[in-house]
Amino acid sequence: MKHLIPEFEKLRERFPAGFESSLVLPCVRRIQEERGYVADADIEQLAAFLGVPPIQIEEVLSFYTQFRRKPIGRWHLQFCHNVSCSMNGAERILEHVQQRLGIAPGQSTPDGRYTLSVVECLGSCGTAPMMMVNDGYHENLTRAKVDELLEGLQ
Amino acid sequence: MPGRQLIMGFPVTATSHSLAEYRARGGYAALDKALRQMQPADIVKEVTASGLQGRGGAAFPVGRKWQVIVHDDGQPHYLIANADEGEPGTFKDRWILENNPHVLLESMLISSYALNVRNCFVYIRGEFDLPYRRLAGAVEEAYAAGFFGQHVLGSQFSCDIVVYRGAGAYVAGEASGLIASLEGKKSYPRNRPPRLTVRGLYQRPTVVNNVESLSNVAWIIGNGAAAFKAVGTPKSPGTRLFSVSGHVNRPGVFEVELGYPWMKFLEEDCGGIQGGGALKCVVPGGVSSKVLTGADIANLRLAHEDLWDAGSTLGSGGMIVIAEGTCMVSLLQVILRFYHHESCGQCTPCRHGTGWMHRIIDRIVAGEGRPEDIERLYYISKFNDGTTICGLGDAAGYACTGILDKYRDEFEYYIEHKRSRHDGNLECLRSS
Repeated sequence: MKHLIPEFEKLRERFPAGFESSLVLPCVRRIQEERGYVADADIEQLAAFLGVPPIQIEEVLSFYTQFRRKPIGRWHLQFCHNVSCSMNGAERILEHVQQRLGIAPGQSTPDGRYTLSVVECLGSCGTAPMMMVNDGYHENLTRAKVDELLEGLQ
Repeated sequence: MPGRQLIMGFPVTATSHSLAEYRARGGYAALDKALRQMQPADIVKEVTASGLQGRGGAAFPVGRKWQVIVHDDGQPHYLIANADEGEPGTFKDRWILENNPHVLLESMLISSYALNVRNCFVYIRGEFDLPYRRLAGAVEEAYAAGFFGQHVLGSQFSCDIVVYRGAGAYVAGEASGLIASLEGKKSYPRNRPPRLTVRGLYQRPTVVNNVESLSNVAWIIGNGAAAFKAVGTPKSPGTRLFSVSGHVNRPGVFEVELGYPWMKFLEEDCGGIQGGGALKCVVPGGVSSKVLTGADIANLRLAHEDLWDAGSTLGSGGMIVIAEGTCMVSLLQVILRFYHHESCGQCTPCRHGTGWMHRIIDRIVAGEGRPEDIERLYYISKFNDGTTICGLGDAAGYACTGILDKYRDEFEYYIEHKRSRHDGNLECLRSS
């Protein structure tokens, strides 16, 4: 993460003095964007840079669902199966995705292209069912729409 | 259209979220008025007089929260807009962030001036991508136009803002959990007192308000508390943004003047039930609010007092409409799985209670339910209530007992016959 330090310095300027601890979440997010996950070395270096205990960063990494310690597939499909999505066919479409990719939620395809997750409400209930593909929302899903979407992901 | 509109009253286009168009709609005039003609105390007084209630779920009066802040106590104060929208069924703050971000920013500037805040924050859930980009773009525009930074519009008032992204935790939407998260830690809520308005972010007085609550401030200051009170009902002034989902023909976000007839709203604005089906029940304001049956809501208005009288709440405005033929046992399974997943694990009754309830509902759905399971769900719900630091444990219980109270017969049927009376169905059975 060392090459990100100039960027983190700039970020620090946007916060009031004494807010170093607050930088943990944005810095971890940025590290993960670069590497795809957060490695042990990142924790040590970030803790030293911010002056926070390494355990605080470890806790943050294990607490929040968006952070991870291991690499995942190039395309991360996060499928909502909360109330409104389930009421509009999420389970059926999820089953279709599982069959198509040959993996269950929590798994990645052997070629490292896809990782499938099921998640709770993403605030997209009026356009259910939905999933995230990396950062983007894909809404009002149907089988045909999912097929088209997956074919476009290389 | 369900009554007057204060926040959504303009056509959404590809550019309607921009600063130029917001200003063309009269935007930032209220900030100008506040800085030139009003003292901070006048603004607090005006917001208090407006009777504005919090739009995040608890409907706590915004003015009463603000009044705790002592203007010149020699400490820094902080203001945080809670945009960690995660209550299942709720997506109305997302509408504001995507389509009218400047109304939030203008309102936060006025509120910061009123509360002697130099640094304010928007805590936005980490998954929101477009809402984040829209808001961050609006912040850049507002800085470039001199609304943020040193000497706002040439006045003595200076203010900076940071948009802070969460990382996936329902409990971070709870105000003290949010503050822990904004301090770069896991979002464990903490006991009150001291209240957050006394000791909040980094132990300083902090006001945390929902995005929609804050977004009303610009209108209130621009038009006056009396004009605001003239909208809605005496006990529920103003409008609310309802995010409607489930088995309706026209789901989406609607701004509704409080006091509007509920059934009329569902039938005319939301287009009625999918496939012409019949209404079974409604989750009024996010899954933490108790369900109401079609008969319960037949004569209700969308107003806080009507919902309280009916034993529920408008909550977060996340309205989930459920058609006849839906299996309430399967629905509760989804809800209890959610609470179990999102319990932060800090308090024993919630950590164990939500897991226990989840295991019970799973075994009922698997056809292995026991006759005593219904009473056990009641027992755990009751045991959770009031014994945890934050409301997540309570809410799991309310959601559970709310459904059990109304649909106990479906649970008894499922346990006795080892199958659902409605084939475990969650989707709308189309009448075609």
